[in-house]
Amino acid sequence: MALEVAKFDKRPWVLLSPALVTITALVVIPMAFMLAYSFYLNVDLAVDKPAFQFGNWIEIATDKYYYVAIWKTFRLSMIVTLLAAILGYVPAYFIAMTRFRHKWMLLLLLIMPFWISFIIRTLSWIHILGHDGAINSLLLYLGVIRHPMDMMYNQYTVIVGFIHVFLPYMILNIYVSLDGIDRNLEPAARTLGATGWQAFREVTLPLSLPGLGAGCLLVFVLTAGSYVTPLILGGPNDFLFGNLIYDAIITELNWPMGAALSITLLVLLGVVVIVYSRLMGLRQLAKAFA
Amino acid sequence: MRAWTLIRFYTVFVYIFMFAPIAVVLILAFNKAEFASFPMTGFSLRWFERLFNDPTIMRAFRTSLTLGLMVSAISTTLGVMASIALVRYEFRGKDLMTTFLISPVLVPETVMAVGLLIFLRYLHMPRSFGLLLLGHSILALPFVVLVVQARLVGIKREYEEAARSLGANPLQTFFSVTLPLLLPAVFAGALFAFTISFDNITATLFWRPSGMETVPTQIFGMLRNSISPEINALGFVMISVTAGVPLLAGGLARYFGRKNRARHPTRSLT
Repeated sequence: MALEVAKFDKRPWVLLSPALVTITALVVIPMAFMLAYSFYLNVDLAVDKPAFQFGNWIEIATDKYYYVAIWKTFRLSMIVTLLAAILGYVPAYFIAMTRFRHKWMLLLLLIMPFWISFIIRTLSWIHILGHDGAINSLLLYLGVIRHPMDMMYNQYTVIVGFIHVFLPYMILNIYVSLDGIDRNLEPAARTLGATGWQAFREVTLPLSLPGLGAGCLLVFVLTAGSYVTPLILGGPNDFLFGNLIYDAIITELNWPMGAALSITLLVLLGVVVIVYSRLMGLRQLAKAFA
Repeated sequence: MRAWTLIRFYTVFVYIFMFAPIAVVLILAFNKAEFASFPMTGFSLRWFERLFNDPTIMRAFRTSLTLGLMVSAISTTLGVMASIALVRYEFRGKDLMTTFLISPVLVPETVMAVGLLIFLRYLHMPRSFGLLLLGHSILALPFVVLVVQARLVGIKREYEEAARSLGANPLQTFFSVTLPLLLPAVFAGALFAFTISFDNITATLFWRPSGMETVPTQIFGMLRNSISPEINALGFVMISVTAGVPLLAGGLARYFGRKNRARHPTRSLT
């Protein structure tokens, strides 16, 4: 027996190696290279030369514009996360606790949005809130308003768009957590004299926190890293930090700056993830896929 | 039980919030009017006709489809191998490897896109279909690992051990026992990878060479002008592909599963 344990088993490593090599070559090394590249000097449009200078970093550290973008991104991501948590908790609770025979249908519907194109789901809000959208058409038809209201292309539509796209992640994570709770706990609390609300607050809610936390982390990180939603649903002032990266690379063709900004975003969100994992651990995140 | 009624209404409201906008796209795809929005003036298939006769959109569709299938093949192969290693073997550093394989999920896609773009340009690989292929595969890989791993845990090892003890060699065991049991997991992973690639826009906008469009970037470009009704028709087709295929597959699996159980009643016990 002892011999067998000591023997090194190659097989798992053979199976793992293609994936490990791919991730190392296409994620880890590019990230490291990007850090080096952020010190390069941008000479002209899409032309840069190897250098070790702090110009890009000094610009990020001193220009107020970048702080505004970081603050905006943080604020918007917080709002989206909070609203998604409020909107998502109750349905998750319902799905977990219901005795409805076709519960699987509710779950299937919850997974459905993952199969539906992100850009279609985002632009669909133009049909709801836009000038000729459903709400305006309905109110005009009913005679409530004379002229269509301007509801599109501001930070609220960006928030709605984000919540719409990321809400399923939130609900799914909370659901997984709630579903794992022993069904006898709440009735037990009730027999001990707790009211329904107390039983929920003292027993169920604390036990569902890991799922709620995982959902919040996911929604926060996904929102803070986005740039497409503001481009589709926002006005000119509704940019996020990701939009600065997009502009630097695609519009201004200042790639070293784009690299520096990307590293900044990575580090900022990395801090969020690390703080979270110290508090809650990351295991819960994988559970939603089981 | 008034609280429960409230919870039920709240849930219904949230589901409406999630699906009403999608339903509106699906309905407007059949609108007869010149404009992409309300009011509906009648039922018409003209936008679908316009869509299928639009060479740019059809080219984008072919690009997305080819890309999605290739990405699916690559990341599923890598992902299934890695998942087998992670689920079936005990070895030192297993938790670390799991974390490492999943960790790209936590890197913002924008950052991942810029990193790979800059790195490959440094290696004199400019924006190309190849970059999209590598990039999408790496985006899909962690999700494939998550999905396949979750499915693999449910497959009992006893079947393989039985086959081995009855004299099958490891290769025979793999192909005649493990693989058939594995197929649903492989299929789920492949489907997920395809959808991730087919749907991706965040990274694709960075990686695509000029002139090459996938369906999402094509829609994104079309949005810049005004919303043409073609977009709704395109949305209808996309939703049919990405949501219809898994639903159909799931339905078929259920159907055949039931039929199989009916034929071999004892199997359902295992």
